[in-house]
Amino acid sequence: MVAEYLSVLVFIFAGIGIVLFTFLLSKLIRPHNPYPKKNANYECAEEPVGSSWFKFNNRFYIFALIFVIFDVEAIFLFPWAVAFGELGLYALIEMIIFILILFFGLFYAWRKGALKWV
Amino acid sequence: MLEMILFASIKVVVVVAAVLTGCAYSTLLERKVVGHMQHRMGPNTAGPYGLLTPLADGLKLIFKEEIKPANIEPITYMLAPMISFVPAILTFAVIPFGKDNTFFGHDFTLVLSDLNVGVLFVFAVTSLGIYGIVLAGWSSGSKYSIMGAVRSSAQMISYEVGYGLSIVGVLIIANTLSLRELVELQMLPLWGTVSFLPNWFIFSQPLGFILFLTCAIAETNRAPFDMPEAESELVAGYHTEYSSMKFSMFFIAEYANMIAVSAVGATIFLGGWHGPFLDTMPMLSVLYFVLKVFCFMFFYIWLRATFPRFRYDQLMAFGWKVLFPLALLNTIVTAFFVIL
Repeated sequence: MVAEYLSVLVFIFAGIGIVLFTFLLSKLIRPHNPYPKKNANYECAEEPVGSSWFKFNNRFYIFALIFVIFDVEAIFLFPWAVAFGELGLYALIEMIIFILILFFGLFYAWRKGALKWV
Repeated sequence: MLEMILFASIKVVVVVAAVLTGCAYSTLLERKVVGHMQHRMGPNTAGPYGLLTPLADGLKLIFKEEIKPANIEPITYMLAPMISFVPAILTFAVIPFGKDNTFFGHDFTLVLSDLNVGVLFVFAVTSLGIYGIVLAGWSSGSKYSIMGAVRSSAQMISYEVGYGLSIVGVLIIANTLSLRELVELQMLPLWGTVSFLPNWFIFSQPLGFILFLTCAIAETNRAPFDMPEAESELVAGYHTEYSSMKFSMFFIAEYANMIAVSAVGATIFLGGWHGPFLDTMPMLSVLYFVLKVFCFMFFYIWLRATFPRFRYDQLMAFGWKVLFPLALLNTIVTAFFVIL
């Protein structure tokens, strides 16, 4: 098993190596001629107005919270699914109760308007 | 030990080279296919039928001047392309490309590393790509970038849940997380009885397959779910301020992600490298695998040429109110069938 993870590690290093190599190569051969107007942020040819770190809709935050809950659910489902052949009916009923609770949670969030995008 | 590292390195080099070539030619394929669908020729000047276009594009991008905007966060700005590129190609570390073979007396497995948690690895690595997008948007110091990044992260995490759940049905049937074992299971006759059809999971999990396909397109930010880089409103989304090789890293990562989800879909649902006449000619398996991946890629490009972009609220509602409950339902129904 160690050998398998070793080749994954080699793969990661290869990926990083490719990126660094192309960055370096391009740094060596490309022209370099910056001036303030060129280095300004792009804003459809206007002078940029205000900071770019603006406030955004807090809907995104609510979606992130919902995601955390349901992704954890998905993680619980994976080992259950893999071991399902040995566990049988008992595990099925337990998991259905678990899923129903989460379905209820989704329904609650839905009715509360957390999934609505206004 | 040394021989092991050498073997691993050779395989890594071959796989990375194949994936990068695949990415380069997917760009050409996309432009050609979309072109012909719109009664245009597509690129046809560089080389015969435009076959050298990817090479010309790459050369052009290497020679381009890089514009670093004044108010970026330099370290994150440089790390972001790397963080989106490396996970994009890392998926291929666990995908089985073909039947085991013997070369020069060595047993040669056509998979880089046969992890026993292959499926989990794939999903973990796929979701890492989002960091690249968020960091790129945040560090660019441009309004378009950060808007694209925020949208993209919300979209990707919303479809992440459905993406993961869509294959739980397969896992219930197969009881394994190893991609190699999944492929081997799919070589048996269908449901153990129908001898002229293979046991591909697309037959026992049609709903799961459709859900997987939809979520995969949304995960890779492809049309009709390409909100993060909606050209008509966000310029280029999270990579607005990137140029030269840093831009091309994002570009390659996008296509590598596409090929990766295609390969995962082909492995989990379409039998991986499985096909007829493998006993006599084992090398055919690689061809079958490439063909299946190609079908997925063609389907993605076809969708892009056909559908207009979703509206953002529709996109989020679709993910949470349709795909997610359907995936859960698919899981429960499959579990019931397996128990009976």
